[in-house]
Amino acid sequence: MAVSPKDSKMQDTALVLGGRSFRSRLIVGTGKYRDFAETRAAVEASGAEIVTVAVRRVNITDRSKENLLEYIDPARYQILPNTAGCYTAEEAIRTCRLAREMGVGNMVKLEVIGDQQTLFPDVAATLDAARVLVKEGFIVLPYITDDPVACLKLAEIGCAAVMPLAAPIGSGLGIRNPWNLSIIIEQAKVPVIVDAGVGTASDAAEAMESGCDGILINSAIACAKDPIAMGTAMKMAVEAGRIAYLAGRIERRLYASASSPLNGLLR
Amino acid sequence: MALTAREIFLNGEPYELDGRTRLAVLIERLGMKPARIAVELNHRVVPKAEYERTSVAPGDSLEIVNFVGGG
Repeated sequence: MAVSPKDSKMQDTALVLGGRSFRSRLIVGTGKYRDFAETRAAVEASGAEIVTVAVRRVNITDRSKENLLEYIDPARYQILPNTAGCYTAEEAIRTCRLAREMGVGNMVKLEVIGDQQTLFPDVAATLDAARVLVKEGFIVLPYITDDPVACLKLAEIGCAAVMPLAAPIGSGLGIRNPWNLSIIIEQAKVPVIVDAGVGTASDAAEAMESGCDGILINSAIACAKDPIAMGTAMKMAVEAGRIAYLAGRIERRLYASASSPLNGLLR
Repeated sequence: MALTAREIFLNGEPYELDGRTRLAVLIERLGMKPARIAVELNHRVVPKAEYERTSVAPGDSLEIVNFVGGG
């Protein structure tokens, strides 16, 4: 598909996850919004086609509560259930099996948390859960540490992508280890989606410029003063970063290189 | 937490049943739309197509989940 102004011949491929193609390279979460109306408006502004959700017990006592899917239409968006809050492989697998019964497909964001304070993943448990889920036919998108070896192993297991964190979930610290991310991108045989830690648009652009295939953002949009405007900013940043990556940046150099001709100067 | 002879665990809390009840009936009584939920009975996921012929009896453990906002 064409990505840039008419004069450019630039073409981009789609983001392919488990055999499905997506034009948008931004995946957004639905947590931490004030209400569902704001969620819907920010998701729309972001241009995302894949939207993450969490699986939780239905509130039995207060059944007046509206359902998220009344606002985020599964016919229009690829719903990506997560296993947030799971601390063991078993819990995560159980959550995915339930999520699949919701009838929105078999794509899941696998996360097995290893520590409450950092919300860093338990790598060993994530690998264990991924093995089972891939075998059961799930399209598994695992949240993982920015560890190149863990990413290689997840790809070997058959995950449809790897989703290394940029920084702790909700921290907004941006890409803390750009060098590891570059290694992961260079070695990856599956799409690399930066998941967690993005703080603002420049972080998203930076990640895309480094050549990753997509970004998953929740807090940076939902907790912004104006989530809808930030949704737009992230959309633009992801597109700008992607085009800049495809366009090919100039080499960094220590000294100046004049932009204007050196001959024909007035003397 | 112990159950009485008429109760099930519904999402971790005791819930009184009118004896053995079809799952589809219970879901309707709870005011839930099958399209918006997923159900686990005694740790086994129940496919939607089986709500009609699955019954819940006192002592059972039933989990009903839905999607909420999340990253």
